Amino acid sequence: MKRKVNIKSMEYEDFNDNEYIEGMLKELRENGTNVIVGCLDDVIEWGRSNSLWPLTFATSCCGIEFMAIGAARYDFARFGFEVARSSPRQADFIMVAGTITHKMAPVLKRLYDQMADPKYVVATGGCAISGGPFKKSYHVVDGVDKIIPVDVYIPGCPPRPEAMLYGLMQLQRKVKAQRFLGGINKGISEKEYEKLMRADTNTAEDSKAYDESGLA
Amino acid sequence: MENNIDIKTRLAAFDAEWSEAGDGLYRIPARSFRKAAEYLKEEGGFDFLRSLTGMDWGEKGLGCVYHLENTSTGANVVLATADENRDNPSLPSVHDLWKGANLNEREAYDFFGIKFIGHPDLRRLFLRDDWKGHPFRKDYDESLNPLNMENESQDDTALSYEMTKAGDYILKRHPLFEEEEYVINIGPQHPATHGVLRFRVSLEGETIKKIDPHCGYIHRGIEKLCETSTYPQTLGFTDRLDYLGAMQNRHALCMCIEKALGLQVSDRIQYIRTIMDELQRIDSHLLYISCLCQDMGALTVFFFGFRDREKVLDILEQTTGGRLIQTYNTIGGVQADIHPDFTRKVKEFIKYMRSKMDEYHEIFTGNVIAQKRLVGTGVLSREDAISFGATGGTGRASGWACDVRKRHPYGVYDKVDFKEIVCSEGDCFARYMVRVKEIEESLKIMEQLIDNIPEGEYQMKVKPIIKLPEGSWYSAVEGSRGEFGVFIESHGDKYPYRVKFRSTGLPLVACVDTISRNAKIADLIAIGGTLDYVIPDIDR
Repeated sequence: MKRKVNIKSMEYEDFNDNEYIEGMLKELRENGTNVIVGCLDDVIEWGRSNSLWPLTFATSCCGIEFMAIGAARYDFARFGFEVARSSPRQADFIMVAGTITHKMAPVLKRLYDQMADPKYVVATGGCAISGGPFKKSYHVVDGVDKIIPVDVYIPGCPPRPEAMLYGLMQLQRKVKAQRFLGGINKGISEKEYEKLMRADTNTAEDSKAYDESGLA
Repeated sequence: MENNIDIKTRLAAFDAEWSEAGDGLYRIPARSFRKAAEYLKEEGGFDFLRSLTGMDWGEKGLGCVYHLENTSTGANVVLATADENRDNPSLPSVHDLWKGANLNEREAYDFFGIKFIGHPDLRRLFLRDDWKGHPFRKDYDESLNPLNMENESQDDTALSYEMTKAGDYILKRHPLFEEEEYVINIGPQHPATHGVLRFRVSLEGETIKKIDPHCGYIHRGIEKLCETSTYPQTLGFTDRLDYLGAMQNRHALCMCIEKALGLQVSDRIQYIRTIMDELQRIDSHLLYISCLCQDMGALTVFFFGFRDREKVLDILEQTTGGRLIQTYNTIGGVQADIHPDFTRKVKEFIKYMRSKMDEYHEIFTGNVIAQKRLVGTGVLSREDAISFGATGGTGRASGWACDVRKRHPYGVYDKVDFKEIVCSEGDCFARYMVRVKEIEESLKIMEQLIDNIPEGEYQMKVKPIIKLPEGSWYSAVEGSRGEFGVFIESHGDKYPYRVKFRSTGLPLVACVDTISRNAKIADLIAIGGTLDYVIPDIDR
C-alpha cells in the first residue's frame, strides 16, 4: 500500500518534516492493511483531504490573516479549503486563530464538541499555541491544546499567509495518511476516541477540569 | 488658557486640589465629586467624557480618573477622585451625565471592585460572573481563578447599589428581560459580530426591543500586563489591541511616553509616522468596506477590498517587515528607516487607489439593495454620539467634528491640508460614506507629505533604561475607528504604575442598544458592520 503521502498542492520533497509523516504511516501500517478496505480508504482519503472546510472562527489578529488567505491573492480554495462554514456542524476543521481567554475556553470546547467526526484542529499563531505574548496574563489560556486536541501548529504572530497555507497542507497530509474505514471512523465510543486523541496532547494536569458533556 | 483659571476657582468650591505632576489634574474628594461633575457638565459645557480610568492608589484608596472635554470650546479638564475604604470602595456614578460612563464604570467595577452608587446595571463587563476578586487591584491573588471549563451560567438580573445616610449599602436587583420576552443570543461565535462579541437581543416579532451586549471573550488583561513590563516592552501590546490600527495605537503610546520624557522627535520621524498612520487608515477602511459588504451578501466587494488592501500591506511590509502587526514605532523614533522604494511605491499606490475608488461606488454605493438597507437605519443623533463618546467615523457621520487630527493636532497634521468629513444624517449610509471619503482624504494627506520627507534621524537618542518622572499623562491619536487614547501614571519606576488604553470600540458597542431599538433584526448586521468595532480593542 501507500508508502508516501502525496498531496497535489506541494511536492513531497518540499516539506521540511517528512520523518513525522513517515513515522505516522509506519505506525498505522504496522499490522498490514486489508487490500479492499485499504483501497477504499485511499479513495476516501483522497476525497477528504482535497475538500477540507474550515469553520469561520477567529478571535483576534490571526483572524484577519485567515480572511486574507480566503481572499484573492492567497486563495486557499485552490487547495481544497473551498469555503469557510459558519456552522460547526458543516465544518471539517477549526482554525483556532487568535488568543483563547478563560471566558472563551468553554465556548471553544463547545464548538469543538459540536463538530462532526472526523474533525481536526489547527492552532494558529503564538497565542493559540502557548498564550504567546499574553502568556503571563490572568485571563489567557496558555495553549489551546490544554482544552482540545491539536493536529497542526502554525507559529507566527500572526503567521504569514504562506505559513498558514503550509500548515494547512500538513493537515491535508495527515488526513490523507489516516485510514477512514480501518481507523478514525471505526465506530469506537466517543470516550475512547477522545482518549486516543488526547493521548498525544499534554493535558494531564487539566484532565479533571475537562467537561465531558460539552452541553450547557 | 484663561478658561482654566476660571475652572480652577470654580472647582475650588468643591474642595478640588490642583496636582501639578504630569499633565496635571484636579483631585476632588468623593463626597463632593458628584456635585463637581454636575457643575462641569451643566455649566462648564464639558459634554464629552474622553476616558474613564479606574485606579488603585494603594493606601490612598481606589478611585477613578476622568478626562473631560468641552466639544464647543475644546477645553479639557482632568479630574481624579478616590475612596480610601479599600474593603468596600464606592463612588458616585456619573452614568446619567455622560452615557459613555455606563460601560466604563462597569469596567472599573469589574477590575477594581469600586461600587458606583446609583449605577443601574453594575454587572461585570469583561470577566465571568463567577470570577473571584478584582484583577487590577495591586493585592489581587492570581491563584484564586484557575481555568474554569464549566459553561457560564447566565444571571438575568442587573445589580445596583444605593447608599443610606448611615453609609450602608442597599443592593437592588432588576430583571434585564421580562419572563415573557423572546430573547435570542447572537455570538460569541457569529460571523457578523467581527470577532467574539455577544449580544442578547429581545425581539418582538422581527423588531428589536432591547440589546444586552456581553464583552470579555477576548479580554487578555493587556493593561495589567503593562504594569509588569518596562516601557519598551509595553509597545508590543498596542499593535495587538486594534490590529487594524496597529501603527496609530503604537504612535499614541510612543507619543505619550515621549511627552512624559520631554523628548522632541525629529521632523523626519513625524513625517514617517504620519504617512504610516494614513496608510494604516486606508488599510483599515478598505477592510471595513470589505467586511460590511460581505456581511450584507455582496461578496465581490470583499475580494475588491482585499485586493487593494494587499497593496497597502506590501508597502508596509517592505519597510517594517510586518504585514498586519508591524511593531514599527519606537520610543523616540521608528524601528528602521523607510525603504528606498517607499516613496515611489506610495506614489504609485495613490494613483492606483484613486482609479479604483469608482469601482466601489459602482458596485456598492449606488446599489439599490445597499441603499435600501443602509439609508435611514440605525440613526445615532449628534447628542448621543457625544454623550456616548462615539468618536471616529461614527461620530462624524452624526455631525460631530471629532477628528483628533483637527482637535489636538499631532505628527504633521497641522501642516497638511485636508478636509474633515462630516455628515449629518447619522444613519448607516452616512457612516459608510464617511469612511469611503476618508480614504480619499488620506490619499490627499500622503500626497502632500511623500515628496517632502525631510532628512534627519529616524531614531532619537534614548537612554537604554527608560524611567518616567512621577505624574500622569494622556495623549490621543485619531485611530482607524476613533480616538485612541493612552493614559499613563508613573511613580518614577521603569515600569508604569497604571496604563489605560481608551478603547475606540467600547463607546460604539455602548450605543448599539440605543440605535438599534425598533430596528429589524436584519438591520443589526448592517448597524454592527457600519459601526466598525474591533473586539480585541474593546476587551483589551
